Amino acid sequence: MKITQDKARFREIIRGKIRKNLRKYISSGEMIARSGKDIISIPIPQIDIPKFKFETRQQKGVGQGDGEPGDPLSGEQAEGEAGDRSAGNLPGEHLLEEEITIEELAQILGEELELPRIQYKGKERIVTVRDKLVGVRRSGPESLRHFKRTYREALKRQIASGTYDPMNPIVVPIKEDKRYKSFRREVIPETNAALLYIMDVSGSMGDEQKEIVRIESFWIDAWLRSQYKGIECRYIIHDATAREVDRETFFKTKESGGTIISTSYKQSLDILAADYPADEWNVYFFQFSDGDNWSNEDNKLCVKLLQEEILPRSNLFCYGQVESPYGSGQYLKELKEFFTDDQRVALSNIPNRDAIVESIKEFLGKGN
Amino acid sequence: MLPGYLGELQVVVEEKAREAGLDFFTVMFEILSFDQMNEVAAFGGFPARYPHWRFGMEYNRLSKSSTYGLHRIYEMVINNDPCYAYLLEGNSLVEQKMVMAHVMAHCDFFKNNLFFAGTNRKMMDEMANHRTQVSSIMDKVGVETTEWFIDACLSIENLIDVSLGPSKHLKEDKEEKYLKSGEARKEEGKAEGKRKEYMEHFLQKEDGGKKAGEAGDEPEVETPSGVLPSPSRDIMGFLLKNAPLKSWEQNILEIARDEAYYFSPQGQTKIMNEGWATYWHSKLMTEKLLDASEVVDYADRASAITAPSGPMLNPYRLGVELLRDIEERWNKGRFGKDWEECEDSSVRRVWDTGAGLGKSKIFEVRRVYNDLTFIDEFLTEEFCRENRLFTFGFNEKNRRYEVESKQFQKVKLQLLLNLTNLGSPLIEVEDANYENKGQLLLRHLHEGIDLRLDWAQDTLANIYKIWKRPALIATILSESPTLLKFDGKEHTQIVTG
Repeated sequence: MKITQDKARFREIIRGKIRKNLRKYISSGEMIARSGKDIISIPIPQIDIPKFKFETRQQKGVGQGDGEPGDPLSGEQAEGEAGDRSAGNLPGEHLLEEEITIEELAQILGEELELPRIQYKGKERIVTVRDKLVGVRRSGPESLRHFKRTYREALKRQIASGTYDPMNPIVVPIKEDKRYKSFRREVIPETNAALLYIMDVSGSMGDEQKEIVRIESFWIDAWLRSQYKGIECRYIIHDATAREVDRETFFKTKESGGTIISTSYKQSLDILAADYPADEWNVYFFQFSDGDNWSNEDNKLCVKLLQEEILPRSNLFCYGQVESPYGSGQYLKELKEFFTDDQRVALSNIPNRDAIVESIKEFLGKGN
Repeated sequence: MLPGYLGELQVVVEEKAREAGLDFFTVMFEILSFDQMNEVAAFGGFPARYPHWRFGMEYNRLSKSSTYGLHRIYEMVINNDPCYAYLLEGNSLVEQKMVMAHVMAHCDFFKNNLFFAGTNRKMMDEMANHRTQVSSIMDKVGVETTEWFIDACLSIENLIDVSLGPSKHLKEDKEEKYLKSGEARKEEGKAEGKRKEYMEHFLQKEDGGKKAGEAGDEPEVETPSGVLPSPSRDIMGFLLKNAPLKSWEQNILEIARDEAYYFSPQGQTKIMNEGWATYWHSKLMTEKLLDASEVVDYADRASAITAPSGPMLNPYRLGVELLRDIEERWNKGRFGKDWEECEDSSVRRVWDTGAGLGKSKIFEVRRVYNDLTFIDEFLTEEFCRENRLFTFGFNEKNRRYEVESKQFQKVKLQLLLNLTNLGSPLIEVEDANYENKGQLLLRHLHEGIDLRLDWAQDTLANIYKIWKRPALIATILSESPTLLKFDGKEHTQIVTG
């Protein structure tokens, strides 16, 4: 269709708008609420070509129907925007609901934050070879002959050379008419990733802190999903003890009580051992906490677990510290002391929603 | 191609339409699927337009709302000779029949209404040419640069002089352009010299300085009443002649202007044109074409077309009702001095001189009127009352639109205001060398309604892209005379009174 080109161009413009406002969209968290399975619908102001036009509210019109002076127009609500006034000559204001796939959004995120593409761990260990049919060519094996195209070429030739008789429509392809399907061999790396989310749900983590975690993990998810073929997410919450939960519980649970971070590390190591053999999976850790741990001893234990067991078998370990009025923020300092130069570790401080974008960049900007 | 049974139907419908007195170009029907219909609709009825994102946006909007069942495009018809019209695949036979009858009447209107007289009847080809031209410009200067300039030109597409017929105007322009182009090219280097001459060129032409030999052969195109013909209102034309444009820019501005003038008669006759088509499909269907078995289906579809769309005026309905009113009045002799002066309502109610002039009157109306003059002449107090027309406006206190008045004079005045200049503000070129700095000053002829400020500023920025020097508009904002200016970097707003 001829419109395809215009649609594609319009889409590019929309993407530009989304990119421009991406930071705003990210920190408002609005997109998450609107996400379906693979598609997000985003409200953006209608793009119009500006003209000299009348101020809408000052414009009057002519209508038809019952009603006495002073009555509201039927269907009109206070504060309501006038819908489509094509007949009454008053234009309304519109929002466009544009749908965009999460994958596309991830691409925009990647471009805007200049995220590097991920270097898969363990190289091309597992690959699948697939043959894909791409287009048509003039030579090939008979088994791949494109029947319709071949006959069309033959027909064209016969008509052009005047040997085609509509009353006796026999079409005989010769060698030059033959067309074959061509294929390309594709090597697709089977890259899978396991994401382990760990969150501190002790009393000091408030709703706003969890919302920040939720928004950030949504975007991390979206980005990694665009980079890997298969993604599995696991969720661990902890206070003084750790347990695995489903996604919903992860963002909703609020416990009181203390915080022992090492319990969550042990729990996640169990999960890794059971389900994700190191040579087949790229493993990512995302830990969020307000940085308040129970004791200095536990901090030391955590560092030890990280150094000896977690880091050797993961692509990336990310720690995001969400500031809360109650937390001391000590844990971040502790980790910084040991891991500042470690390429496998990303540390980030997230004081508020506006810092989410930078934090995502710190986490995913390493490209591993 | 039209399948056989529809082809046969077309022959029947055309025959009945001609018998009834309609006179149309050859009509070519095409059957389209939903998607194709939306595509063509997004292109404004044409099978192809020049590449531009807004068509893509429109297509998205249409296909979304047709998917959700919010609208359905029954019919589309292009003012062209031959006249192209589209039928939606999967419509029932009675619907196709109705659409055909409707289309014949549109086509008759295109062919015979005075305001269409100057339109390009080969616009199909012209649009295809525009597509080729813009595509090749895009290849040369790049898609984004081209689009950037198209957007600027579209921003002023309502700044044309609707009171001038498209024909003569465009023709003269072209001739003049060819005469001028060599000279213009030379001048491009020295903007200084050109600026001094700008008005001269412009005024000379508009003063009616016709070239010898041309004056005689062309019939005067009548200027419709209601809008004073003012040469400087054709701002697109003014810029085309006087702005320092590269040749590809000139090409694009010319295309945008051609199309704006082509579509302008359709904007000026929407109520009449739809009314005319509705009048005829209903007459032809009920009197000649309907099978007994189709009556219920027909009634259902037909009533949907003229149903009041909420409190808003439905142009189909207003048009058809007014035409029927005219027919009845002229059939019964309810016009002229005696009728006007009769104040006895009981006499008026049964007034029937048996004049029988209804048919010839409505044919005359479709030939010489446009919406503005149509309403001005034929909207009567009785009609206004029977059809329960009212004016409405936004009540700032209650934050809602409210019915304001049901008085005939007010309703009529409001309708006329909304139809004036196609509902766009009246804007003229005032000075193209404002403050002796080559700045373009426009004037908004304020008639009670302000310009929308943010749009006005964006439009000035777009005019800057064309004029390449600061652009200003003198208007009134919140009752203070105000000068809006864009100097290439920033907007300023100066209260001048």
